[in-house]
Amino acid sequence: MGHMGMFGGINTLAALVHLGGTGRYISWGVIQISLANLIIIAVMIVLFAAAIILPFPKHEARKK
Amino acid sequence: MSAQSVDTFAAGAEKDTWTGRIRKRGLEELPPDRLLPDRQPAYVASWIYVFGALSIGAFAVVLLSGGVLAVEGPSWWHKSNAGLFVNSLHMWSTEFFFMFMVVHLWAKFFMAAWRGKRKATWISGVLAFALSIGTAFTGYLSQQNFDSEWIGTQAKDGINSTGAGAFWNVLNFGQMLMWHIVLLPLVVAALIGVHVLLVRRRGVVPPFAPTDGQLARAGLSLTGAVAAPPAESGAAAQLPAELSTQIPASTSTQIPSGLSDQELAALIEVPSQEPPAQEPAAHEPPPPTVPGSPDAATSHEPAAQGPAGQDSMWQLPKDES
Repeated sequence: MGHMGMFGGINTLAALVHLGGTGRYISWGVIQISLANLIIIAVMIVLFAAAIILPFPKHEARKK
Repeated sequence: MSAQSVDTFAAGAEKDTWTGRIRKRGLEELPPDRLLPDRQPAYVASWIYVFGALSIGAFAVVLLSGGVLAVEGPSWWHKSNAGLFVNSLHMWSTEFFFMFMVVHLWAKFFMAAWRGKRKATWISGVLAFALSIGTAFTGYLSQQNFDSEWIGTQAKDGINSTGAGAFWNVLNFGQMLMWHIVLLPLVVAALIGVHVLLVRRRGVVPPFAPTDGQLARAGLSLTGAVAAPPAESGAAAQLPAELSTQIPASTSTQIPSGLSDQELAALIEVPSQEPPAQEPAAHEPPPPTVPGSPDAATSHEPAAQGPAGQDSMWQLPKDES
């Protein structure tokens, strides 16, 4: 029943996101963009900012 | 590997052969310790430098999953559970490949990563990005479903309007599939290979020079007249211009060749104690004119850390990978 639980979770996620529905588009004047593409661009901007802000883990100096 | 062993390697070409010339040239341009380094400059220790390697990792998954799809065929990737999984893996690895590449591109753009004779590195990256888009488009056309039919019938008008439709027929599945799984991946992989080799040859682009305020917060100060900019070739060119501003005036501007990072670090004066707050700045050069770079943000980090200069990104590490 483990895999049923996994597929149940995926189905729930699909119902939330409406993966099979008609694509949503956002229009602003002459600019039109799909919601999916807008989310991807937002994620990339967040990644870019996080990569600059978040501290990089430091290693202990290696013993020779 | 030391430079001496490289020279011994190159001197092994006793006869003037094309293989010997290629080997000698290869060892001169990319000695083994530069081709496969075991150390990186301190400024690379930032997440923003990770996205190039992440792009290559995603590209490897794209190639592997695409290879499996090519072996099994459309009925497998549309109907079987395993095929659907690998098909999705191929699609999502492509999504991540582009996402990482775009962040990598943004980072390198704001770093002006073409500085220091790195124009070819930048151009090879741009070409790889552009050709990757073409490869992805042919992938849309190779799905063998209604989506690919729709995209093909929409794309043909645009392609035909450019006059390229005579030899680039997006409705020809066989042609698009061959471009997608053979020609374009080979070129993209070759461009990525050239890009990586150029990064190895020229090194990762150093951050912009710090501002006076950033230097002060990091406990660093300029110790004399600014050294001359590094020469365009030779070992001196490997020393970032930013570090040259920290070289004492008594130091020769000609950096000897073959220095290790530790030896280079010895040329850089880092005060062991907190500098006096009223340090006169009359002898200091004007601040850099390119503020607001991504690296400027990371350069704030040392200010919050221990003794002056101990953890500064402007100090070459004693032993850090």
